Amino acid sequence: MSNGAQNFVMVGERTNVTGSARFRKLIEANDYAAALEVARQQVENGANMLDVNMDEGMLNSEQAMVTLLNLIAAEPDIARVPIMIDSSKWSVIEAGLKCVQGKAVVNSISMKEGEAPFLDHARKVRRYGAAVVVMAFDEKGQAESAERKFEICKRAYRLLTEQAGFPPEDIIFDPNIFAVATGIEEHNDYARAYIAATRRIKAELPYVHVSGGVSNLSFAFRGNERVREAMHSVFLYHAIKAGMDMGIVNAGQLALYDDIDPELRTLVEDVILNRRPDATDRLLEAAERYKGEGAQKREVDLSWREKPVDERLIHALVHGIGTHMEADTEEARRNAERPLHVIEGPLMAGMNVVGDLFGAGKMFLPQVVKSARVMKQAVAYLMPFMEKEKRELGLADHPSAGKILLATVKGDVHDIGKNIVGVVLQCNNYEVIDLGVMVPAQVILDTARTKKVDIIGLSGLITPSLDEMCHVAAEMEREGFDLPLLIGGATTSRVHTAVKISPNYHKSQAIYVTDASRAVGVVSNLMSPEERPKAIARVREEYRSMAESYARGQADKRRVALQQARANKLKLDWARYLPPKPSFLGTRAFTSYDLGELAPYIDWTPFFHAWELKGTFPRILDDDKYGEAARDLYEDARTLLNQLIEERWLTANGVVGFWPAASKGDDIEIFTDETRAKTLATLHTIRQQMDRDKGKSNLALADFVAPKETGVSDYVGGFAVTAGIGEEDIARRFERANDDYSKIMVKALADRLAEAFAEALHEKVRRELWAYAPGEKLTNEELIAEAYAGIRPAPGYPAQPDHTEKRTLFALLDAEKATGLKLTESFAMWPAAAVSGFYFSHPEARYFGVGKIGRDQVADYAVRKDWSLAEAERWLAPILNYDPKLIAEAAA
Amino acid sequence: MTRQERIEALKREVRERILILDGAMGTMIQRYKLDEAGYRGDRFKDHKRDLKGNNDLLVLSEPKIIAAIHDAYLEAGADIIETNTFNSQAISQADYGLEDIVYEMNVAAAELAREAADSWTEKTPEKPRFVAGAIGPTNRTASISPDVNNPGFRNASFDALVEAYTVQARGLIEGGCDALLIETVFDTLNAKAAGFAVEQVFDELGVVLPIMISGTITDLSGRNLSGQTPEAFWYSMQHLEPFSIGLNCAFGAEQLRPCVDEIAHVAGTYVSVYPNAGLPNEMGEYDESPEFMAGLLEEWARDGLINIVGGCCGTTPEHIRAIAAAVSKYKPRRVPEVAHKLRLSGLEPFVHG
Repeated sequence: MSNGAQNFVMVGERTNVTGSARFRKLIEANDYAAALEVARQQVENGANMLDVNMDEGMLNSEQAMVTLLNLIAAEPDIARVPIMIDSSKWSVIEAGLKCVQGKAVVNSISMKEGEAPFLDHARKVRRYGAAVVVMAFDEKGQAESAERKFEICKRAYRLLTEQAGFPPEDIIFDPNIFAVATGIEEHNDYARAYIAATRRIKAELPYVHVSGGVSNLSFAFRGNERVREAMHSVFLYHAIKAGMDMGIVNAGQLALYDDIDPELRTLVEDVILNRRPDATDRLLEAAERYKGEGAQKREVDLSWREKPVDERLIHALVHGIGTHMEADTEEARRNAERPLHVIEGPLMAGMNVVGDLFGAGKMFLPQVVKSARVMKQAVAYLMPFMEKEKRELGLADHPSAGKILLATVKGDVHDIGKNIVGVVLQCNNYEVIDLGVMVPAQVILDTARTKKVDIIGLSGLITPSLDEMCHVAAEMEREGFDLPLLIGGATTSRVHTAVKISPNYHKSQAIYVTDASRAVGVVSNLMSPEERPKAIARVREEYRSMAESYARGQADKRRVALQQARANKLKLDWARYLPPKPSFLGTRAFTSYDLGELAPYIDWTPFFHAWELKGTFPRILDDDKYGEAARDLYEDARTLLNQLIEERWLTANGVVGFWPAASKGDDIEIFTDETRAKTLATLHTIRQQMDRDKGKSNLALADFVAPKETGVSDYVGGFAVTAGIGEEDIARRFERANDDYSKIMVKALADRLAEAFAEALHEKVRRELWAYAPGEKLTNEELIAEAYAGIRPAPGYPAQPDHTEKRTLFALLDAEKATGLKLTESFAMWPAAAVSGFYFSHPEARYFGVGKIGRDQVADYAVRKDWSLAEAERWLAPILNYDPKLIAEAAA
Repeated sequence: MTRQERIEALKREVRERILILDGAMGTMIQRYKLDEAGYRGDRFKDHKRDLKGNNDLLVLSEPKIIAAIHDAYLEAGADIIETNTFNSQAISQADYGLEDIVYEMNVAAAELAREAADSWTEKTPEKPRFVAGAIGPTNRTASISPDVNNPGFRNASFDALVEAYTVQARGLIEGGCDALLIETVFDTLNAKAAGFAVEQVFDELGVVLPIMISGTITDLSGRNLSGQTPEAFWYSMQHLEPFSIGLNCAFGAEQLRPCVDEIAHVAGTYVSVYPNAGLPNEMGEYDESPEFMAGLLEEWARDGLINIVGGCCGTTPEHIRAIAAAVSKYKPRRVPEVAHKLRLSGLEPFVHG
């Protein structure tokens, strides 16, 4: 480098599974011989130090770290240099420290969990004889401003030198290099803040060093190596001058500051130093011209760039490539008579190709959503020109193919599927008015009227939303609407729509839509004046016969009397079983849980299902049909996941509680303390009433807890977790950037992280907190297959379909205060990326479905819950084995 | 004197003069030509495994022999004597089926040395004597695979070493040592485990003793068995803030000089050396004479390289007497001021800042 920075320490980053896809694959494939070669090349290329990172969800990171470090120790030409043991998990760091004879560097520790664990780790690092990287991260999160970066480092410096016996020269601060030029205004100052903080750290904290992972910086320019290199080089030029003396960089890929095209250098410098508000836009625009010219090794076929502009636009849309979109759109606009013609011409042509390919099953949902993102960005670019033209010429709005109102109903917060439907419809030139989540019926109807929409679409995930949809339908009837009503969402079904929703609304028709792929076909039929009556008649006829056969089927479902079901309860032998006692009673909160620790627990299969890629992970990645789309989606998801972990976009909070408990009939009594004298709360459970074969019990959750009369001391646990604190803000940022793809992705990932959190916490409960399976060691696959002892059923799901039990659970846990979660009036948890449930430890405890229940149990349950029968029937509507309306009519 | 007073005295004395460490224990024991029964003594006469050659056991079975050897070195002028505990940890003693009595061995060894040193301090109060608890490397390596076909394999884990060293360190401290000497380090990771254990025991017992560290160079390329250069070795051990760092054993003083030189220039603490009496001859005997060895070490003292000096394999009280006389006229090495730099190591040193 020409920066006069001969003294800058380059830390090799290629032996890092999070930084190098190639290295990750080698480690995943257990190809340590090739992995060693990567390490060797790093040292041969002049790395002063070797950063080894094995933080990948699918890996046993401790073992991978130990294996590679032991192998490195046997290679004198690699082991020559010091090792940087890089992990966000202390256990991995410690495993690594036990393998190196040299003086290593630990990367990293921080005060994110407070001073005590920080000092504890620091003292251990010292005792193992290593230097340490300290992240500018405290209890409040990662420092973004220069001020906070410095303050955290100063506090850490004091603690390390005064209380942990650390020599200051062994401290390396990492004041966080975050991505700039992301389009999000708050990010603009990140690079400048790092440089300013570095300057102060070096001036005021004697003998310390400053380091950072440089590649984060240019994250927004993935794929544009020339711009990335320029950004890294310019950043280092300024950061090194300020005192940065170490960095994780790809040494082979660093441009010389003086060699950078002066125009590009200025643009990059504007961004890095945050010198002008439009710096990002200007760099983005110029970036196009530098694309593909860098030291990028991967061959990208750019022959399509040779084609005429209209074809280029179509290509970009079909392939979801956003990088040239603005330049191409601008070129097309100059060629066109009116800006609108660009939309009606090449852009619509491109989206038609997308629509056709999607319809033909040759494109899949994630790809379509990516195309939509490009389309939206192009339209957003044209918008100011069209507004201007409209003002000048006094033109009317461009008519869309139709206006669709979408909403997640009152009491529900789940919207991933609805968002996908919205995007797909927009791709097909429909105007979508998305009212968001928790939308009351009145707002839906008022908006539909004032905005003159053509179709209303309702979405919901939890069972109480089914009831709310019936309500919306009835309100539409009452207010005289005659618009088609589309129904979608995980718990909705054709049968429910036919039997429960449709009868409320005769003026038009409620229509169930299976998934986003079907939405376009349904909507286009309904928008065509010729097709609409035929389509409605067809659905109406189908639903009528479906409702009839449903009614016939109903009569066939035999249910045993509640009394008989109770007599056939699961009888566990309590005389020979001593329930384990939890390590504590009462609640314990887990705030700001490390997302990096949760990532390995992610069950990816439902993630692919959310994107309508049906298959099991990881096989889906090699699927003949979906493989390519799945691989791209997975790659994007992992990238975004890493970023949201690295940059702490989301906060994960959880709470766990254990209480003395005893079953009493089908209820479970929770006691205030071990004296079991005072009842704290009562949990209600529901019993299966199907006609069981001999030897099979009619289960209720209460069966898994020792009955009071046995005198056996038993316990019940509960939990609530969320990984969605902050999710809405990020989704909104992406929305503002016209990036639905990332918006949906973030939500889907937050969902997965919440589930992973529940899984991780359950494991902790089994191994440590309740500790009834301390030696348990299960792989993620075994966890997903529920191969563990004990269960964690959630209220509102098959084993206890009553969502209102969440109120009791939340009160016991004081969950709103402990986690920031809220319960809606339908007992959906908000934010939506959340899981809650009860813990049962008995080895015989298993998941089951209650199924439909009889009126006798509903009446009994109503008494136990202190409800009227009507209330009970409303909350239990999805599991009633009878139609309350018919019974009411018969009685009348 | 209390232990704290002795530690203060040690720190005072080392500033004043070159301190003399004792010589070989094994060489002296060989002179007694003990047979199997001699090693067993009364107490272990029915032990199921052969015990001949287990020198450390003599502190229990023939304590008089060990006491006499300590006395001979103190008489020859040693300021610091080492306990007879080079192999007194569970990993090495497992070879003899004696892993269960290692704590007792260390306590007994420390008490023997303590008694000998204290009686000489009484005789010559102007020259107080000190006891260093000897902690050897064990017979396993934590950084090197014993299986050439499987370089990632290890037969000694850090945790197992820590466990073994913890018992030893506890015994040595409770037996009354003034310092601990982690010595003959051929694998730095073993020594790091020893240091880790020692510091844990310090925490546990609420005491802090000076830690002395001495590595060994195993070939003429000037590296230890696990491949580190002397400077890299020092950086690996620096976190223990040792009282002294140095080299012992391996070859004679002549071949050791460049390595000592390297450490003496970078270490911000006292430097110790105790070489063998030359390289073993064809009979496996060390045959450098006391005068010859003292002559070499005198040059080091004259050049200001050393603070603590003694002898390893093949040396005798005569060697120590000659060495003590030879270095007595020189000032000890001055500990250099070391700049605040980031000093890391792999097999080689890395300095930044």
